[in-house]
Amino acid sequence: MNPIEIAPGVYDVGVTDWNIRDFHGYSTDLGTTYNAFLVVDEKIALIDSVKKEFADALIDNISRIVDPRKIDVVISNHTELDHSGSLARIMHRIGEDKPLYCSKMGAKNLVRHFPQKWNYQAVGSGDELKLGRRTLAFLETRMIHWPDSMFSYLKEDGILFSSDGFGQHYAGPERFDDEIGDRIMVHAKKYFANILLLYATHIEKLIRQVAEMKLNLRMICPDHGVIWRSDPGKIVKAYLNWCRQEPEKKAVVIYDTMWHSTEKMAEAINAGIMAEGVPSKPMHLRAWHRSEVMTEVFDAKAVVVGSPTLNNNLFPTVADFLCYMKGLKPKNKIGAAFGSYGWSGEAVKLIENELTGVKIELAQAGLKVQFVPERPNLDACHEFGRKIGRAVSGP
Amino acid sequence: MERYVCQVCGYIYDPAQGDPDNGIAAGTPFAKLPDSWECPVCGASKADFTKEA
Ligand SMILES: [Fe+2]
Ligand SMILES: [Fe+2]
Ligand SMILES: [Zn+2]
Repeated sequence: MNPIEIAPGVYDVGVTDWNIRDFHGYSTDLGTTYNAFLVVDEKIALIDSVKKEFADALIDNISRIVDPRKIDVVISNHTELDHSGSLARIMHRIGEDKPLYCSKMGAKNLVRHFPQKWNYQAVGSGDELKLGRRTLAFLETRMIHWPDSMFSYLKEDGILFSSDGFGQHYAGPERFDDEIGDRIMVHAKKYFANILLLYATHIEKLIRQVAEMKLNLRMICPDHGVIWRSDPGKIVKAYLNWCRQEPEKKAVVIYDTMWHSTEKMAEAINAGIMAEGVPSKPMHLRAWHRSEVMTEVFDAKAVVVGSPTLNNNLFPTVADFLCYMKGLKPKNKIGAAFGSYGWSGEAVKLIENELTGVKIELAQAGLKVQFVPERPNLDACHEFGRKIGRAVSGP
Repeated sequence: MERYVCQVCGYIYDPAQGDPDNGIAAGTPFAKLPDSWECPVCGASKADFTKEA
């Protein structure tokens, strides 16, 4: 994309990655963007960079505004390579001795990515950098998304550069929230559910701290997706809400199947849940990407997981999902396990162990069916689903 | 001896191990860590730690 002036003298010089479909194991069906920002004042500051393979595009974008060699300072809000990957090219182009501002943890982590002896300027919350008419204030925001993460705030303009925070993996013609409207929220939610959920409690505290600073926030510029300019409070409120993890009255039935038996059970259970007036969706783990399933789990009250028994074990895709969910530690959920088996049937117990291991409370004992479920088995699955439905809709 | 968990990043301070990279000998209880000690993973302060449940 071409650079856009988002405020007088402030430019988005980032790039669009239209073709990425797998972002370190997160499905990006529409692609994503790596945003980077240029503030042109008496000093010229570049805030964040982009993935390494887009370095040329970033430099080209900068060149459309100023000669890149005129950049005086670089700010690295986050060490992860989607935002630092082009640093080597940038620093080489603008001068290896130019100051590189980052958090204390950023200075520690960047040296583990780049061997160059750069002029690191480690800053902490409350530190400021005068650019001329404008001032950048820094705020450490550990674990949004790494220990090194920080926000930079352009005080006079009320623009918050929030790195991964408030981001969305979305590539499209729109660059601002008002251009896309509420359609962006599902992408923001997916990002939160898959990238930030584990740190929800900590993020809530951090947002409250920021709220107490009473910033005159006019725009939030994340490093992925659209810029929040029409109502930056909206995404902040959404985050506070998501951090509390109060589930909706809905369920999700996650499963895989070998000869359609566990699938039949999944659909009967799902129908039973819905018979109690609770929305529910069956998600086959080879039809849905784990990050889509996680987004659905994020705001569901009930997580029902089914697996056939394969070689006395879980089916691999089910193990994959349970491992993924375990890391993200969703809260306030109930669950149950089910599955078809041939002769041994260990999978259901293994699922239950994983669910209770992440403090998902079992709504009832697991349901096993040997080989192919018949009508009475499917009726039992339906009843199993109804019980979950009642547990979700109940007080 | 009790272990303490960083509420920011999840790092666990185990007194049996100490934090030798940062000059804390094995066997140092959490309470004896200097106030200047920080989480070796994320840099959070001692106040951000709670006793392991
Ligand atoms: Fe990140
Ligand atoms: Fe990122
Ligand atoms: Zn920590």
